[in-house]
Amino acid sequence: MLKIKNLRASIEANEILKGIDLEVNAGEIHAIMGPNGSGKSTLASVIAGREEFEVISGQIDFEGKDLLEMDPEERAREGIFLAFQYPVEIPGVSTTNFLKTSLNQIREHRGLEPLDAVTFLTHIKERMKLVEMDQTLLSRSLNEGFSGGEKKRNEIFQMAVIEPKLAILDETDSGLDIDALKIVANGVNKLRNKENAIIVVTHYQRLLNYIVPDIVHVLYNGKIVKSGSKELALELEAKGYDWIKEEYNSTPV
Amino acid sequence: MKENDNILEQITQSEYKYGWVSNIESDSAPKGLNEDIIRFISAKKEEPEWLLDWRLKAFRHWQKMKEPKWPNVKYPEIDFQDIIYYAAPKQKLKPKSLDEIDPELLETFEKLGISLQEQKRLTGVAVDAVMDSISVATTFKDKLAELGVIFCSFSEAVHNHPELIKKYLGSVVPMNDNFYSALNSAVFSDGSFCYIPKGVRCPMELSTYFRINAANTGQFERTLIVAEEDSYVSYLEGCTAPMRDENQLHAAVVEIYAAKNAEVKYSTVQNWYPGDKNGKGGVYNFVTKRGLCAGDHSKISWTQVETGSAITWKYPSCILKGNHSIGEFYSVAITNNWQQADTGTKMIHIGKNTKSRIVSKGISAGRSQNSYRGLVKVMKRAENSRNFSQCDSLLMGDKCGAHTFPYIEVNNNSAQVEHEATTSKIGEDQLFYCNQRGIDTESAVALIVNGYAKEVLNKLPMEFAVEAQKLLAITLEGSVG
Repeated sequence: MLKIKNLRASIEANEILKGIDLEVNAGEIHAIMGPNGSGKSTLASVIAGREEFEVISGQIDFEGKDLLEMDPEERAREGIFLAFQYPVEIPGVSTTNFLKTSLNQIREHRGLEPLDAVTFLTHIKERMKLVEMDQTLLSRSLNEGFSGGEKKRNEIFQMAVIEPKLAILDETDSGLDIDALKIVANGVNKLRNKENAIIVVTHYQRLLNYIVPDIVHVLYNGKIVKSGSKELALELEAKGYDWIKEEYNSTPV
Repeated sequence: MKENDNILEQITQSEYKYGWVSNIESDSAPKGLNEDIIRFISAKKEEPEWLLDWRLKAFRHWQKMKEPKWPNVKYPEIDFQDIIYYAAPKQKLKPKSLDEIDPELLETFEKLGISLQEQKRLTGVAVDAVMDSISVATTFKDKLAELGVIFCSFSEAVHNHPELIKKYLGSVVPMNDNFYSALNSAVFSDGSFCYIPKGVRCPMELSTYFRINAANTGQFERTLIVAEEDSYVSYLEGCTAPMRDENQLHAAVVEIYAAKNAEVKYSTVQNWYPGDKNGKGGVYNFVTKRGLCAGDHSKISWTQVETGSAITWKYPSCILKGNHSIGEFYSVAITNNWQQADTGTKMIHIGKNTKSRIVSKGISAGRSQNSYRGLVKVMKRAENSRNFSQCDSLLMGDKCGAHTFPYIEVNNNSAQVEHEATTSKIGEDQLFYCNQRGIDTESAVALIVNGYAKEVLNKLPMEFAVEAQKLLAITLEGSVG
């Protein structure tokens, strides 16, 4: 589904990603872990098409299409979803209205008719249950005055409504207490199927107890320095990241 | 940030949708302004002597007055002798029914989206259409007449209800109030008159649609609304003008009189031609709008969505004379390209326990300048009066400007006056967030702007609100890409 080859990207002339190779297939869950500043969120942003990052070289292929040629909205319409680390507030725009605009533009791209109000609301209501979303939040302005946990839950709710092919969860666990974490993880697991794929970007192993990855990658200094099974996450939890850094830094270039 | 500004720059580049010229012969006065021209206008309209005298008096005041220079707008000197002050579409005099009206004129209104065919007016909006200087036809007049509601063109009212016009004309906005109100008083061509008798709740929204058509003409319409005790009316005003290279002058006066327990809601969607992308052409909109809450417990509410005009100079105001009277001002003013707006309100608290509320939302894009200017004045006797003002500015790009000039004068210690102001930018983060959900940037801007203006848009009647939302989006088209 997603093939990243030798991806290098920078922001304001600082190279953050220094050659990423990653392949994600349908039905898989990948975890990307790493210490702060290793480039995890940058990778998520570059895949989603954030313009402040400059791609220096490399390729991203998504279902046979060149992702780097697409605008962010086109990538989204093709099926890429980013659950933001810091969801944005949009005053005066309700979550419902926002999602309706989103869903209809995605549908239009795929040659589908816009959803009528009843079908849309039925869809929304059904999806709300997945993340135990409070209905009152839907009519309020998008993320405005939401607690950290509510914002994160709203991201997963949007994912449930949009049903992307590839979802990237950027530090979705940060700011969640254990109960909220379980609810969010539960929702994600229910959305998982053979056709879609999920990339979980996280600093801690905690979330991976609930969303169990098939493959764990460790990102350090802009490169994936280690990949392994879910046990790798446990090892990182127990030993921290220092051994990775040492291993990496002692490797002759 | 730069990327974002580029994007924002691109979105605001669309063409004016209402820019066509109707091919209707017009019957106009020669250019220039002097007493003869005023006599010409008055004669054309077969006005009584007293009104001609009133006009001439206003003209003499005007000659001694100077154009105001305090607004935060810049434009070349206006040559008031280079303007045609009267242009009537040529047609048979006094049409009795729609069949007698020039079909092309009707077509123009069709293009504007207002149909004068009464059968289509099932939505319950009565329309008084003013094109250039004369009122073309007023729909639903008969139905309103049953209730005693008078809704007709100003000239008709002069003939049919002279006692009301004599009593109220200039009672809220004196002829010599300011430079433009004096000019209007001297040369006003037509407009609407609306009278709601005691105890009547007007069952439909009354609507006036203004359109400037002929070249080099100024439009000087005059609206007078009188709401007697315990009455209610909701009044809508919409405006468009064709595209022209030169600037057209528009100086209107609106007067509202509200007696005891009366309520008047006045909504405007102003979409005069704003000029092209380089700032060429566009309407100069210098308007005086004022409401008098004369009676106790009366209420006047102004809602405006200002998207057009090269220059807007406009301060719909309320004089809260009656005890417990309420004044409201809700405004969205959006400027793009080279547009300049200096708009706001005045709330004058005279009576006891009077209340006012001001919500102003400015949106600036391109190289435009957008100013809020507002006065809250509490007089000595205005015990326990209250005001709440909120002035927000939204900037798109880094070449535009937003300014706030709040003036507060309080002469009574029991008054409570609150003022809140914010300035924000449409963030790159917000746009990216929308993009990431599949929403293109143009729709994202429309979504964000409509969200920002929602509190005001919600005050508009339903049909108008939809139109206003579209207008906001159209105005910003091309400012982000």
